[in-house]
Amino acid sequence: MKRDLIIHLGAIALLFLLEILGIFSDYHQGNFARILVLTVYGIGYNVLFGYTGLLSLGHALFFSAGLYAAGLSIYHLDYNVGQALILAFCFSVLVSLVIGYLALRTVGVSFMIVTLMFSQIAYLCILYFGGITRGDEGIVIQQSSRVFLSLDLSDPTIRYYSALTVFSFCLVFNLWIARSAFGRVLISIRENSDRALMLGYNVQLYKLLAVIISGTISGIAGASYGILFGYVGASFAAVPYSIFPLLWVLLGGAGTVLGPLIGAIFMFYLIDYASDVTDAYMIIVGIALLLVTLFARRGLLGELRYRFFPWIP
Amino acid sequence: MDLGPYLLFASLEGLVHAAVLSLIALGLSLVFGVMRIVNVAHGEFFMLGAVLAWWISGFVFGNPAIGFLLALIIAPLIAGVIAMSSDWLILKHLKYDPEATIIATIGILYIIQQAVLMTFGPDARPVEQPFNYRLDLYWFGFSAYKFFVVFSAIILLFSVWLVMAKTKFGLILRATQLDSETAQAFGIPIATVYSLVFGVGAAIAAVAAVLIVPIQQAHYLMGGEPLLLAFIVVIIGGLGSLRGTVAAAVLIGMSDGIISVFFSPNLAKIIATLLVVIVLLIKPNGLFGSEKT
Repeated sequence: MKRDLIIHLGAIALLFLLEILGIFSDYHQGNFARILVLTVYGIGYNVLFGYTGLLSLGHALFFSAGLYAAGLSIYHLDYNVGQALILAFCFSVLVSLVIGYLALRTVGVSFMIVTLMFSQIAYLCILYFGGITRGDEGIVIQQSSRVFLSLDLSDPTIRYYSALTVFSFCLVFNLWIARSAFGRVLISIRENSDRALMLGYNVQLYKLLAVIISGTISGIAGASYGILFGYVGASFAAVPYSIFPLLWVLLGGAGTVLGPLIGAIFMFYLIDYASDVTDAYMIIVGIALLLVTLFARRGLLGELRYRFFPWIP
Repeated sequence: MDLGPYLLFASLEGLVHAAVLSLIALGLSLVFGVMRIVNVAHGEFFMLGAVLAWWISGFVFGNPAIGFLLALIIAPLIAGVIAMSSDWLILKHLKYDPEATIIATIGILYIIQQAVLMTFGPDARPVEQPFNYRLDLYWFGFSAYKFFVVFSAIILLFSVWLVMAKTKFGLILRATQLDSETAQAFGIPIATVYSLVFGVGAAIAAVAAVLIVPIQQAHYLMGGEPLLLAFIVVIIGGLGSLRGTVAAAVLIGMSDGIISVFFSPNLAKIIATLLVVIVLLIKPNGLFGSEKT
């Protein structure tokens, strides 16, 4: 099966080509840099929700774990970008291990409630320790600190390529998971966890691994976001940032590798236009959630896979 | 003020928190118990109750008690009708699949919240207390209205128990909760029962809001915090167990009130979550929960 590889590498090549040929205006270049980092977050979410079938309502916790680990270490401890990324990675693994262990003691709806609850508490903690995190106001990472391998990450073009690089690694990693035996076990847990258990798989361990992988990718997305865009604020830990990845994944198609990208592009521009019209732009998110659950449960790529291309991973 | 009276003051505040929280969590737990779904929009029905109370009290001049009584009747009715229609328009068509329902109620959450932002605006609005009388408790004065809130909550909790345990409607609810298919085979109109329960759950949250809004203020984002606390309560008490819900609500509400007075409201929630962590480690189904949730 090579055609899935061609499509996904083709998508990455296309995103490189758009930049090389200079098709993006400055405005869309900035937007796409954001979208690519947010898609990484969506990919992380998809590993847990799309492939393993565990609905988390608190992924903003993992995103902000990476965001704050990177941001605070640069801001307070003068870490360089490389050190901050390593710290963010380790911290994300640790946080997802602990939260995963606790939350996986529950199943079904309780799991959803508990993840939402933990995430809200993380948000309140960020506000409570406002002396360090500066709460709602957030911290701005100076341009001089955002240098990696002597590349200035605040330069729009370098920022786009950096975002695209992180995105490419995560997308290929996701594709590898989807094609691997490990990924098949995750899918079997989604489809029928009792049967997976009966076949001799340690379902609880696989679920925990899925939470750790998912949480860590989300944390990497958070760290990249903070470093590339230079801002770390409490709003990234609030409820909407737990709902966004769910919505991207649902729109694009849960359990498809390219789904989060499609969903993120669509929602980013929709919200961008809506916020010009009204302050109450989150109503778009509400309506989209209702429409997708009522009329398009499989999402775009999921529907395509169901009707025409059963081989889409 | 000495520590003793201060502690008494904090406990009284905690009692008010506990009373309101038990009502909110009761609504959430009732819906889960009968329908097996989690209503994430529950906090928004609470918010709707508060905003409607402000709106209704704006029509009535003279004695604020009249506006309050009107709000106490009308606001829960409107919230209940909105909840019932969202059940009828949306949740019914999802066949109450737990995952789809939770996603849809998040959608309803944002639609209600943002619609209120569009119409009611981003400002917090005060509502006058229906009566203004301070009880002199020797060390400090305490608003008699707050005692009224606690008293009303107890009456309401007791009536819900009475309905569930003693009436035919309660019997129908319990039958549906136990085994909805068998209940349907015995001629119980499950779809209507579900709609009613969803409406009643939202209406109870709205009543709690009408009671608390003269102490707090009405604001379009006020639904988030009670939802978080109600989630903590149902996880500790066990999802769907009404007895556990009330017990946990009193525990969490009291500690929330006391810690809020002495330290900070955010710290109170952080500590409550640590309690949840302990419960999850010892009894994952909640202190009063059955083995299957």
